[in-house]
Amino acid sequence: MRTIGFLIQKEFIQIFRNKTLLPLIFAVPILQLVILVNAATLEMKKIDMTVVDKDMTSTSRQLIQKFDGSPFYQVDKARFSVKNAEADLKDNTADIVIHIPHGFEDDLLDEKEADVQFLINAINNTAAGLINAYTTSIISDYNNKILAEQIGKKFELPVEINYRYFFNTQLDYNIYMLPGILVILVTIIGMFLTALNIVREKELGTIEQLNVTPIKKYQFIIGKMLPFMVIALFELAFGLVIGHLFFNLPMEGSYAVLFLFTLVYLLVALGFGLFLSAISNSQQQVMFVMFFFMLTFILMSGIFTPTESMPEWAQTVNVINPFAYFMKVIRMIILKGSGLADIRHEIYSMLIYALIILSLAIWRYRKVA
Amino acid sequence: MKAVEIHNIYKSYKEVKALSGINLQVKKGELFGLIGPDGAGKTSLIRILATLLYPDEGQASIFGWDTIDEFREIRKIAGYMPGRFSLYQDLSVEENLNFYASIFGTTIKENYHLIKDIYQQIEPFKKRLAGRLSGGMKQKLALSCALIHKPDILFLDEPTTGVDAVSRKEFWEILKSLEQVGITIIVSTPYMDEAELCDRVALMQQGRLLDVDTPANIIGKYDHDLYAVESKTLHRLIKDLRTFDKTTSAFPFGDTVHLATNETFRRQELDKFLSGKGHENITIKPIEPGIEDCFMNLMRRQNDQ
Repeated sequence: MRTIGFLIQKEFIQIFRNKTLLPLIFAVPILQLVILVNAATLEMKKIDMTVVDKDMTSTSRQLIQKFDGSPFYQVDKARFSVKNAEADLKDNTADIVIHIPHGFEDDLLDEKEADVQFLINAINNTAAGLINAYTTSIISDYNNKILAEQIGKKFELPVEINYRYFFNTQLDYNIYMLPGILVILVTIIGMFLTALNIVREKELGTIEQLNVTPIKKYQFIIGKMLPFMVIALFELAFGLVIGHLFFNLPMEGSYAVLFLFTLVYLLVALGFGLFLSAISNSQQQVMFVMFFFMLTFILMSGIFTPTESMPEWAQTVNVINPFAYFMKVIRMIILKGSGLADIRHEIYSMLIYALIILSLAIWRYRKVA
Repeated sequence: MKAVEIHNIYKSYKEVKALSGINLQVKKGELFGLIGPDGAGKTSLIRILATLLYPDEGQASIFGWDTIDEFREIRKIAGYMPGRFSLYQDLSVEENLNFYASIFGTTIKENYHLIKDIYQQIEPFKKRLAGRLSGGMKQKLALSCALIHKPDILFLDEPTTGVDAVSRKEFWEILKSLEQVGITIIVSTPYMDEAELCDRVALMQQGRLLDVDTPANIIGKYDHDLYAVESKTLHRLIKDLRTFDKTTSAFPFGDTVHLATNETFRRQELDKFLSGKGHENITIKPIEPGIEDCFMNLMRRQNDQ
């Protein structure tokens, strides 16, 4: 026990003496959360709209007014031909073009039916989908209004859909993103620091001097894991504080459950780092291999896109993706208030995973060549 | 019981044969030198003894403990100083020493008497980070760390390589004093002049032992007449001497060439031969062989076989 204590003491002296690492430990969570949470948003705040109004009637103006009045649209250009409007799409000054053909008002009054054309820039298909959804909802709103006018009384649909969103009532994107960013943060700090630390000892040859001492394998591994586990848990706490202070991050569940799961999760994340460092000989190798795994795992973890919509094979691959487990669980705890019983399967999975990856790491880590 | 027993050890790295059939015994309390040029296999042998490397074949034991099966016991009683500085550069002198002391379950205070002479020299800098020490001081710190748990045996891999002449001399004085305390020391070095400071040496070349004996005996076994020859043009002198029909071997030693021969000849004979080749300022004098001469001789003989 005392030996482990000395190893940990040594690690902390080195970490606190490291002029690059220490500021990073504090700066990274602040930067990642503040920048990424605000930047990686799926809400369209400003949709640039070009208008081609060939009808020029009060009805057509009313429709355009609908868009202009919406906080999401910015009607900033009027063109006389569709061709000119298409040019706006091409040079990226417009996201959407509304084309109201000649005779729009007449058709609407006479035939009770009229056409409107929308052209949407779909370079980014997610954005295009969103614009389409917003536009459709404005048009249907407009339809209801016209119908009401024609019938002469307030019109009501026989079946009306009223939405109430559970667990994130405001559909606030920030509080969906923030836990995801926390997962990445905790993992990067834990996994990278562990792996790089050990490989550095290999590169500098200090591991050689350590190997000839009576330190046992398990002492070495615990001595290497514990400091970074403490730092990773600190990062989580730090990130949560920032979330509460600046992003109104709720906490429906219990901190105890969250930290307990994180602890189990870190066994896997750090075990991964240990394993990679055991099979690599230079920091360069470790960085490269880890970067590959991180990128794949993060993209498949469900941080941006729900894992349920992934193809079946991808969901199968996610069984070995530690990020996916944590991503799911942290949102369950923070947004939904899930308790231990709700996440027990994930805990079991992580424990099994930890057992496997740590055994692999210990097996590969040898004190002799 | 012998301090070190090595039986028929082989080790190769892919194509390269680092050690081929090493047999060696080191007595308790000896200051034993492994002497040989780079690539002779010194480091591999020391790493095997320090339980950091498995031999491909053969077996070695330290105080009766097998280096493979009982490595744990060896790690408790052995001190190891690798050729490359391997302490934590971002820890201070004192922190490094404290760390290694505590890992071995001891304290600086407990074994201070053992490292006193060495540590006193770096103690004024004990708050300095190890990475900021000079080469000689780094080496003293490394030795202090290797000694802090009062080992019975010490493995030093080229401790004096890249160290200035004064520090080298000091270092060997320290080794001598450690020998007095009863610590068995195995030290490797490419410097032949250091061989004479050891109790016994093993001359190594290409993974083989050329000879194992006391420095005096090794020199005593030298069976040629030896001359130091000088002239103005050293490089050409070696070439020409090798064409002299009574030459057994000719090797450069600093500014002179050591000429070994089995036959007796008069110096005028050689002087005339060299003058004939156009050499000027020729001096020829008989000398006593050193370890390096013996090494060259043994090496040549092995190559001839």
